[in-house]
Amino acid sequence: MARTLLLIGTRKGAFVLESEDRRDWTLRGPLCESWPVYHAIHDASSGAMYAAAASEWHGSAVWRSDDLGETWALSSEGIGYGDDDPRKVSKVSSLAARNGRVLVGVEAPGIFQSSDGGETWSLLTTLAGQPGSELWDDPANQPPGHLGISALMLDGDDDARFWAIVQGVGSFETGDGGQTWTPRNKGLRADWPRPHEEVGFCVHRLVRSLSDPARMYQQNHVGVHRSDDGGESWFEITDGLPSEFGFAAAVHPHDRDTFYVIPLDPGHARCMPDGQAAVWRTRDGGEKWEKLTRGLPQQHAHLGVLRAAMAIDRHDTPGLYFGTSTGQLFASADEGDNWTEIADHLPSIWSVEVATVD
Amino acid sequence: MAELQLPPTLTPLFDGLPRRVEVDAATVADALDELEERWPGLRDRLCEPGPALRQHIHVYVDRERAELDTKLEPRSRVHVVAAISGG
Repeated sequence: MARTLLLIGTRKGAFVLESEDRRDWTLRGPLCESWPVYHAIHDASSGAMYAAAASEWHGSAVWRSDDLGETWALSSEGIGYGDDDPRKVSKVSSLAARNGRVLVGVEAPGIFQSSDGGETWSLLTTLAGQPGSELWDDPANQPPGHLGISALMLDGDDDARFWAIVQGVGSFETGDGGQTWTPRNKGLRADWPRPHEEVGFCVHRLVRSLSDPARMYQQNHVGVHRSDDGGESWFEITDGLPSEFGFAAAVHPHDRDTFYVIPLDPGHARCMPDGQAAVWRTRDGGEKWEKLTRGLPQQHAHLGVLRAAMAIDRHDTPGLYFGTSTGQLFASADEGDNWTEIADHLPSIWSVEVATVD
Repeated sequence: MAELQLPPTLTPLFDGLPRRVEVDAATVADALDELEERWPGLRDRLCEPGPALRQHIHVYVDRERAELDTKLEPRSRVHVVAAISGG
């Protein structure tokens, strides 16, 4: 029977939850020697799990497991800018893997790749020459959080095409495996001065429809936005939400018009408004929004959810999952209509990914 | 032979790495080179580009704070410590 796996990256290690019915879950962890894990993924093409981790003591590395998280080994061979480069790798923060290649995004912003399952790495790109790169290459000019490349998003078919988010700068697309890049931020809003026309946007989360690859959504620092042309242009769909701010986002795997966000108070709290936990869903591409609360705590629930901490599976009736900065993990097996807390008391959750395995 | 004592956060990362290791080395850097040969990848867990010791890794040679170029005597005792930090 197929099993659903949740890969959870936390401030103190990775965790794996497993279920055959998406209702009863077993939990394993902490894994990766309790290193801070910024992102953990499952590579369907190889069956391997990878975790991007950065220890305050022992530096950054990518962990790999070939047995669905039972045992792990780490490597950072080749991840670094060299002895003579003022840029340092302060952390590895985002992963993507498919068809024999693993990519890891790091801070200071750059992308390293491995073609041997994470044993050795080489620098793929720093997106050098892109507008704004003179600022993000300055070690003294990194935004709070210091994520660098905060996300990588692969194309469904074309291994040479993928997108990278430079934290606090914007999204970029490559169609040639990372050799050349194009900013993809046209139409976005920014409430601050920007030195370049094409960049200076704070993209928190970028997602793409599986059923219509031209349809993308993003949760931005200011607003929720939609693209109908594969990210070449964007328009805002924030109206109807309680806040323009949030981090996490997910798009329905079978319906391009169904999309989810978790609005947060944009101030210092960055928690769900009014102490009420809620996921918001649109069924029509952002015209109307509905608040989904059934099963979620509605009193004194000051929960934050970070940019990589919501995921959606690919079942016929998709399941949604999100983890909080205070260690709760919530799941819905019915597209967000009903929710259950499936783990509590975990360390601060930084990422949630879902995979289906036989 | 100098004796190195390694932090408990390091040993689980490498098969067979004990807490105490004897090395025949002239400097701290040489000692780490020897460990790197026996446990590939180990140096990267203690050093960053420069090369330099990582910010929160402290090394003491015969109870004195040391750097990579600190010399070792044949009977030196070297403590590699993960700094008391974090929470």
